[in-house]
Amino acid sequence: MGKKVLMKGNEAIGEAAILAGCRAYFCYPITPQTEVAEYLARRMPEVGGTFLQGESEVAVSYMLFGAGGAGVKVFTSSSSPGISLMAEGMSYIATAELPIVLINVMRNGPGLGGILPAQADYFQATKGAGHGDYHFIVLAPSSVQEAVDLIVKSFDMAEKYSNPVMLVADGMIGQMMEPVELPTFDEPPSPYVKGHEKWATTGAKGRERNLVKTLFLNPHEGQDHNVKLQTKYKEIEANEIAFEEIDTDGDLDVLLVSFGTMARVCKTAMESLKAEGVKVGMLRPISLWPSPLQRIRDLADKTKLVVSVELSMGQMVEDVERAVQGKTPVGFFGRAGGIVPTPDEVKDGILNLMKES
Amino acid sequence: MATTVFKRPESMSTNITHYCPGCTHGIVHRLVGEVLDELGLRERAIGIAPVGCSVLCYNYFNIDFQESAHGRAPAMATGIKRTRPDTIVFTYQGDGDLASIGTNELIHAANRGERITTVFVNNAIYGMTGGQMAPTTMPGQVTTTCPMGRDVQTMGHPLRVSEMLATLKTPSYIARVAVHKPSYVIEAKRALKKAFQYQVEGRCYSLVEFLSTCPTNWAMTPSQSTKWLEDTMLPYYPLGEFKTPDEEE
Repeated sequence: MGKKVLMKGNEAIGEAAILAGCRAYFCYPITPQTEVAEYLARRMPEVGGTFLQGESEVAVSYMLFGAGGAGVKVFTSSSSPGISLMAEGMSYIATAELPIVLINVMRNGPGLGGILPAQADYFQATKGAGHGDYHFIVLAPSSVQEAVDLIVKSFDMAEKYSNPVMLVADGMIGQMMEPVELPTFDEPPSPYVKGHEKWATTGAKGRERNLVKTLFLNPHEGQDHNVKLQTKYKEIEANEIAFEEIDTDGDLDVLLVSFGTMARVCKTAMESLKAEGVKVGMLRPISLWPSPLQRIRDLADKTKLVVSVELSMGQMVEDVERAVQGKTPVGFFGRAGGIVPTPDEVKDGILNLMKES
Repeated sequence: MATTVFKRPESMSTNITHYCPGCTHGIVHRLVGEVLDELGLRERAIGIAPVGCSVLCYNYFNIDFQESAHGRAPAMATGIKRTRPDTIVFTYQGDGDLASIGTNELIHAANRGERITTVFVNNAIYGMTGGQMAPTTMPGQVTTTCPMGRDVQTMGHPLRVSEMLATLKTPSYIARVAVHKPSYVIEAKRALKKAFQYQVEGRCYSLVEFLSTCPTNWAMTPSQSTKWLEDTMLPYYPLGEFKTPDEEE
């Protein structure tokens, strides 16, 4: 790792993409992630890369498709309403199995909502924003450092699985400054996706022509392609589930499940709960898809209550319930509208749920 | 000695097209193939297929291809050309795809001066979905979604894409051609070759609009279609070059 520097989350996100070898970034401005674009507007030309502000998020999603389909490591950043507009392209990108990376610095919704932190795009990210049976790999950092590390990892995962990867951060991570160690590499990563010669459109010189497409008019071919995608998703589920566990040894009164910024607030709330004699642990999903369902199921056996704590009106809680399968009561605590609850509010919320259960 | 005077372009495949009798897509495909061959671009070329009758056009070419969503081809072409500047990138789009759902992507690609080429096939109707009204449908023309004929009071007048793009300040090459008679085909090929040549030289965005027939959805015979194009479309969609990069330089 390199030396420690103090960086704003959005700028660190931009620099991480460059460090990962990405030399192509397409964007459309939207708060609270516009600093990623502003940072890369200056940085990409410095490293000989491509920076382009598109005419809309819809167009940007197809610029990603085009560049990704040409075997180039490509990146974009946006925020909730912008991701909705990219959802059309996301379905095509997943179908064509293009290894693109994007980050959603989530703001509060629905609709225009506001520009404050939220996690209400959990459904959109994990259940599929666009049409059809597909999955992006979805990763959720809870600090600026983790955002940097996960962006570098995302480019590797996208390449390994020929699958798009989406990070979901929130306005808090994008806007705050934290010390980060930027990764260093003995050999700088290539700006091209490994093995792209076999499938990418670069001009059919000295080989059969390559075709990047998503249309399968023959129903059997269409089904075969779906089966192929699902086989890959099973492999990703087997290999890439990532989470952090805090204080989950022994029997628990309550297990919190929380990710991103909300998980950081929960960590502080856990100290207050412990001071009041509550045996509390937390599972923090890092991969939202694939989801650590099995681990939540296992932990549910040794706790009296599971609580999903979210910056939403209750989305991940549906997966938590799916994991727990009724073995243990499942509660929900959340805030919306861009409100990030204080540790004390979370503590009181958990205590109330414990009383009710 | 026998000499070859006519052959299939190397840039084209041996597949038989699925287009209806009397449709001009086949002629336009052939012109693209000939121009790519003549300019020696086959191994650098990347086509973008649209949504519409020509969604499968990649089956008829022997070059790299990407397949777009409806109207988004110019954005995909932008993504390729910006990151692979040595390639020759073209979009092949119909009027429903380009002039309706894809106007935003089209105008901004042209306005940024993307070094790409658009082959625009205008037959005044949606073909693949079965003959619905397009922005290019002629006044009074009957389609399945304007069964009483296009009413310009409620649906406006047909969009003249080439004239509209020619108003942009950014240098470009914009031309409208036809292919329903051999003399027109010769002119059309000349324009298409220029369009690709400007891209090879890295000079500007280029678009060639081909006025085309759709006998099936116009409910006409091929020969009636040719006459209808001549009588109805040509006066409203005049042929010629609307903009060349030389004007600006």
